Amino acid sequence: MAYSDKVLDHYENPRNVGTLDKNDPHVGTGMVGAPACGDVMKLQIKVNDSGIIEDAKFKTYGCGSAIASSSLVTEWLKGKTLDQAAEIKNSAIAEELALPPVKIHCSVLAEDAIKAAVADLKSKQPA
Amino acid sequence: MDLLQRNYFDLLGIPAQFDVDLALLDQHYRQLQSEVHPDRFVTASPNERMQSMQVATQANEAYQTLKNITSRARYLLELNGVDTQEESNTVMPTDFLMQQMQWREIIEDAITQHDISSLDALLNEVRSLSKSLALELNTQFHLKTYLDASETVRKLSFIDKIISDIHHAIETLEN
Repeated sequence: MAYSDKVLDHYENPRNVGTLDKNDPHVGTGMVGAPACGDVMKLQIKVNDSGIIEDAKFKTYGCGSAIASSSLVTEWLKGKTLDQAAEIKNSAIAEELALPPVKIHCSVLAEDAIKAAVADLKSKQPA
Repeated sequence: MDLLQRNYFDLLGIPAQFDVDLALLDQHYRQLQSEVHPDRFVTASPNERMQSMQVATQANEAYQTLKNITSRARYLLELNGVDTQEESNTVMPTDFLMQQMQWREIIEDAITQHDISSLDALLNEVRSLSKSLALELNTQFHLKTYLDASETVRKLSFIDKIISDIHHAIETLEN
């Protein structure tokens, strides 16, 4: 199957691969997986004192579309508030990367990873 | 011929349970395939010929599904109205996903370092987890705790994938 240029770009030059300290109270970690294809995705966000996401890192084992989806969202997440981050929809990711229907679940994985990271962070920071 | 209406267990004449007698499954499958073999339908009506072919196809699907532990469990859950949501639900226990990630790192490192022995060791570790998950499934189906069984199938789905990836990595390194 042919990947789009954007998928290839993220796959070959993934942005923000890495790990943040999961015990840092300013860091939220989201781990999700797709049983159907065995993909595993870890997404981490770090917020500053004003609640803005200042850093995002990911580590994904999976196909090119899953890696591209997580790489893309780490770029999108920076500068957003947690509420704005939680609004990122898989359809927007799929559209940006021109994912074919069989790869839509990779964008779902990225959306769910964001939600899990935001939920983890919120659980660490009592309102 | 109402065979097409039947579920896979009925079609192959074995009890609809997780604990399957594989020898009996083999035997019944071969028997059914010989009954619907195209050679027997040379002089039959086009309609009968088509039906026998459909049964042959379905018997093959049934056999493939029931022979394998993960797909058998998934199918049995489906018969009991439980969807394992392997396409749609991305929530898995964090410990389990962490372990998957560690194993993926081991595979990646082993490939870079041409280290087949660490892949062999990993394969043994993953296989032993696979066996213990199969035992868990057996208990879960006995107790009819289908949601737990569904979670185990979801785990086995990852395990099956990683086992095939390890095999693939070993083959690549050996060549």
